[in-house]
Amino acid sequence: MRYSFTDEQQQFREFVRKFMEANSPATEVRRLMETDQGYDPEVWNNLSESLGLAGIHIPEAYGGQGFGPVELCIAVEEMGRSLLCGPYFGSSVLATTAILNAGSEDDKQRLLPDLAAGKKLAALALAESSGEWDAASIALTATESGTDYILNGAKNYVIDAHCADFIVVVARLAGTEGDAGIGFFTVEGDAAGLVKRSLQTIDETRKLSALEFEGVTAKPLGEVGNAAAALQQSLVLSYIVLANEMIGGAQMLFESSLEYAKLRVQFGRTIGSFQSMKHKMADLLLEVESAKSTVYYAAEAAAEGSADLNAVASLAKACASDTFAHVAAETIQIHGGVGFTWENDTHLYFKRAKSSEVLLGGAELHRELFMQQSI
Amino acid sequence: MTEITEESIREEVKAWLTDNWDDNLSLVEWRGKLADSGWGVPAWPKEWFGKNLTAGLVNAVQEEIRNFGAIGTATAGVRMLAAATILEHGTEAHKEKYLRGILTGEDNWCQLFSEPGSGSDLAGLTTRADFKDDQWIINGQKVWTTSAHHAEYGLLLTRTDWDVPKHRGMTFFVIEIKQPGVEVRPLRQMNGHASFNEVFMTDAVVAKDMMLGNLNQGWAVAMTTLAHERRGADGMRPQGSSDKGDGSIFAELAEEVKTVQAPYKWYPQRAGRADLLIERAKATGAIENPVVRQEIAKALTINKANQWTSRRAREAQMLGRPQGPEGSLGKLAASNLARACSKAHGVITGADAMLKSDDGAMDGLIAEILLSVPAHSIAGGTDEIQRNIISERVLGMPKEPRTDIDGAFRDVPRNVAK
Repeated sequence: MRYSFTDEQQQFREFVRKFMEANSPATEVRRLMETDQGYDPEVWNNLSESLGLAGIHIPEAYGGQGFGPVELCIAVEEMGRSLLCGPYFGSSVLATTAILNAGSEDDKQRLLPDLAAGKKLAALALAESSGEWDAASIALTATESGTDYILNGAKNYVIDAHCADFIVVVARLAGTEGDAGIGFFTVEGDAAGLVKRSLQTIDETRKLSALEFEGVTAKPLGEVGNAAAALQQSLVLSYIVLANEMIGGAQMLFESSLEYAKLRVQFGRTIGSFQSMKHKMADLLLEVESAKSTVYYAAEAAAEGSADLNAVASLAKACASDTFAHVAAETIQIHGGVGFTWENDTHLYFKRAKSSEVLLGGAELHRELFMQQSI
Repeated sequence: MTEITEESIREEVKAWLTDNWDDNLSLVEWRGKLADSGWGVPAWPKEWFGKNLTAGLVNAVQEEIRNFGAIGTATAGVRMLAAATILEHGTEAHKEKYLRGILTGEDNWCQLFSEPGSGSDLAGLTTRADFKDDQWIINGQKVWTTSAHHAEYGLLLTRTDWDVPKHRGMTFFVIEIKQPGVEVRPLRQMNGHASFNEVFMTDAVVAKDMMLGNLNQGWAVAMTTLAHERRGADGMRPQGSSDKGDGSIFAELAEEVKTVQAPYKWYPQRAGRADLLIERAKATGAIENPVVRQEIAKALTINKANQWTSRRAREAQMLGRPQGPEGSLGKLAASNLARACSKAHGVITGADAMLKSDDGAMDGLIAEILLSVPAHSIAGGTDEIQRNIISERVLGMPKEPRTDIDGAFRDVPRNVAK
């Protein structure tokens, strides 16, 4: 159903939430975000092996759990709620989804079991200096060389590339443009000619890298030259998963604002007794619940492969971008001065919100994509 | 006694309809027969035109009547609110006098609650009822009264004790509208329509046995009326179809539907008409403008989100899960949608948005959207009141301290004169 979760899904959510509360409290988030590695390998192993989350939407035939987009989105929403520091979004969501959509049967047999078990990490290198996540913006070239390809060019904003065992690269055959000539490739994380540089990010819980490819040898992933559709399919699911992650963060901030408004006393009253605050909270509740409706609907649309999938994926991303950023800004405002301090956790979410707001395209872009689907 | 099942009820209704339905009866004659049979309002008590049936069986009965092609008892206007209030608080004499006329449609009703000085704060009303010469004398003004111009009776909330706290000095009456002391004037709205009335009462008279509930306990009675209003028992929604047959009774019904719906012709425009946005943008060419597309997308996003949020609430209810916050947000969500649509229609229409009626876009329909949307966030509980309700009942935030509920009502500040 598009409008409610099953009992099993609700139990799964509670299960993931408990794990996140135990393993990703704010103290851990703060500790890990300041490390180069950016995550705790032991937590990652537990998350992958005990919970099976790394392979949640990988079919059982490739060593995964065989669940669908709805369960994936539930897990990611809970990770967003706890700001989990880990290569989940980069490896288990972006790279894994790309392999699922673009890879040949052999590719999937070869790559997915290790990803599902969390034994290997991957990253998806798509956007370049233009900062756009689409086929037409890709300039990095692939040139055939025997059974391999040689990659030349640069990628930017690559999530979790710093710890990836291999990189899934989207490139184009030299001389092509637009959706034509697009191919997926895999490159070893330590391949010759690949230079990784960690970027300084406002959201320190999510590591980004810039990658340069100078004559890097790559293996083709699926059919080269005709992969724009697989890219589009992967992007659409990624919008939805990211939107769900953002709503997890927005809900957490909403709860923290409400709690603070009920505790903080000024002028002899809790600030939550002032109508200015009550009306703000009522509006935020409506905004968060509305955004939830869109991201849950989109997750189910992905599970069913609905005809309106592309439209609702963009609708959900636009809605989540606006909502998370707005709730984050208001949460700082509601906390007053203390909300602007490093010690208060709000800024961790604010930074995630501002970063995710533009990641995979901002609200304006997605409203435009939604309109193109709706006209 | 045979057991009552849905199947047996359906058979019984069908048999009764087969014996009694006649589309050449007058509407009132037919509805009288139906009311007397108990099939018109089967949820009501057996003694009063009903059969004490549960909601599920009532639905089955109504479905049978619809499928048969027959007409149900009257529901238009506030009559069902009046009936619910009378059934709960009225005396046997009240029920005897009013209920049948409500069901046959012979008598129309109106609700005399809101006043110019008491909008969101209904309990601040100042229409007074004074007991003189063995009857009640009413003086004051009511406003936003639907159907008062063709009503026989009004549900009237008055102040009878000014020396006690506001909620404890009100009394509820049934007043006859067609009397010299009651003047009904249409109230013209900013969009040009006049869907409501102002009702002026100057030494109007109410017989002493026309009190519903007890003296100074009218607030509780009004709460009954309002609870039924919130449950949607008012007949403001489109009535049953009137195109099922050729008999004279259907012509009469069509006329009734037209009269009832006339004041609400602009309600779809008040909600913003999200359905027209893309079609209009294509027609004007504004669809090519990326700024306009953003505004349309924003409105359509709210529209989708609102639909899906109410579906979430409904499904949670169907699954027997505890009511989440999504169930209380509809009214505020709809206001946001109306505003977003109004903005989008404005940018789609451009300079023509200055024009109305025949000169306006879509023969004035777009102008009607722009001029009707402001009502959405006021009617039926303002956005501000909705936000109070959400923050207090859903989020558990404290009420504002109040200065108007403990002392005598006469000392509570009222509107400041200019």
